[in-house]
Amino acid sequence: MNDVVGTYLYAVALARDAPPLEGLTGVAGGPVWAISHAGLAAYVSAVSLTEFGEEPLRESLEDLDWLGETARAHHRVVEAVAEKTPTAPVRLVTVYRDEAQVRELLEQRHDDFVEVLSRIAGHDEWGVKVFVAPSAAAPAEETAAPSSPGTAYLKRRQASLQTREEAWHQAVARAERIHDTLSAVAVASCRHRAQDPQLTGREEWMVLNGAYLVDAARAQELGRLVQELRGEGVDVELTGPWAPYSFTTPVEPLESSESEARDDVL
Amino acid sequence: MTYSEPRGDVLAREGRLPSERVALVDLLDRLLAGGVVVSGDLVLSIADIDLVRISLRALVMSVRESDTIVGARRGE
Repeated sequence: MNDVVGTYLYAVALARDAPPLEGLTGVAGGPVWAISHAGLAAYVSAVSLTEFGEEPLRESLEDLDWLGETARAHHRVVEAVAEKTPTAPVRLVTVYRDEAQVRELLEQRHDDFVEVLSRIAGHDEWGVKVFVAPSAAAPAEETAAPSSPGTAYLKRRQASLQTREEAWHQAVARAERIHDTLSAVAVASCRHRAQDPQLTGREEWMVLNGAYLVDAARAQELGRLVQELRGEGVDVELTGPWAPYSFTTPVEPLESSESEARDDVL
Repeated sequence: MTYSEPRGDVLAREGRLPSERVALVDLLDRLLAGGVVVSGDLVLSIADIDLVRISLRALVMSVRESDTIVGARRGE
């Protein structure tokens, strides 16, 4: 395969507010520029299809180092634009054949982009993760005590599982209440899949991985709310402000986030 | 990945986190599941295939490997 070049798209903003990006580099170290068309600006850089073609991507996306580097480079560009103007980030590794295709996109989806940009203007996305310590409600797992015979062990194990089950239901109910409380401060909210304990590096259950689109004037209110919600075996972690990654797609119905999250932690 | 000091008011004051301080897993939640999804005559739109699950599996596996195999990198 020759070194065919594609156009990697990061984000879209209104052309009249589009900030100049001096010396900003994107994925694979390429310089970023803006394509202005139909009143919109698309932030792009050139990428080699040897690296960013469909086939190589299937493999690279499994490579954590590559994925991490690419995600951070993408994020850096989105942030640089979002700091200056309302910005609609585009999903990771969206690659077009050429600039003409990007212009076509700006024309065809013009109204959608304008609608999204006006909806998110003056708002930031905040992430809130809620952790519950299982030990706060349930006894800890039995420590290795091989002295007792099998039946005693099984009984203890069963009792432990039942308490765990109960603790889980309480934790989920608490997460629902917290999500409702935070949603009341937000103009939109959504829930991401709970993160695997292997990824969070924490033993507690993650019972909520929420995203909230909040008016910039209410950010401090959200921060105070998060602090008030902490305690009684519950930790609430706030991240952000993020560019509105979670609020630029049409809202899709959640497929039983509760049972999904549960698979992750039990 | 976690912040020991209480955030909140502090966060609202200090503004955006530098890219390097953002936890990769939080970033991937957003970059793989969020963002404008455009389809059409793309070279590749991640929306077309379920790469989200593949990538997150890679992430989990990599963490597990680094737990058990000291110094090992993600292998073939």
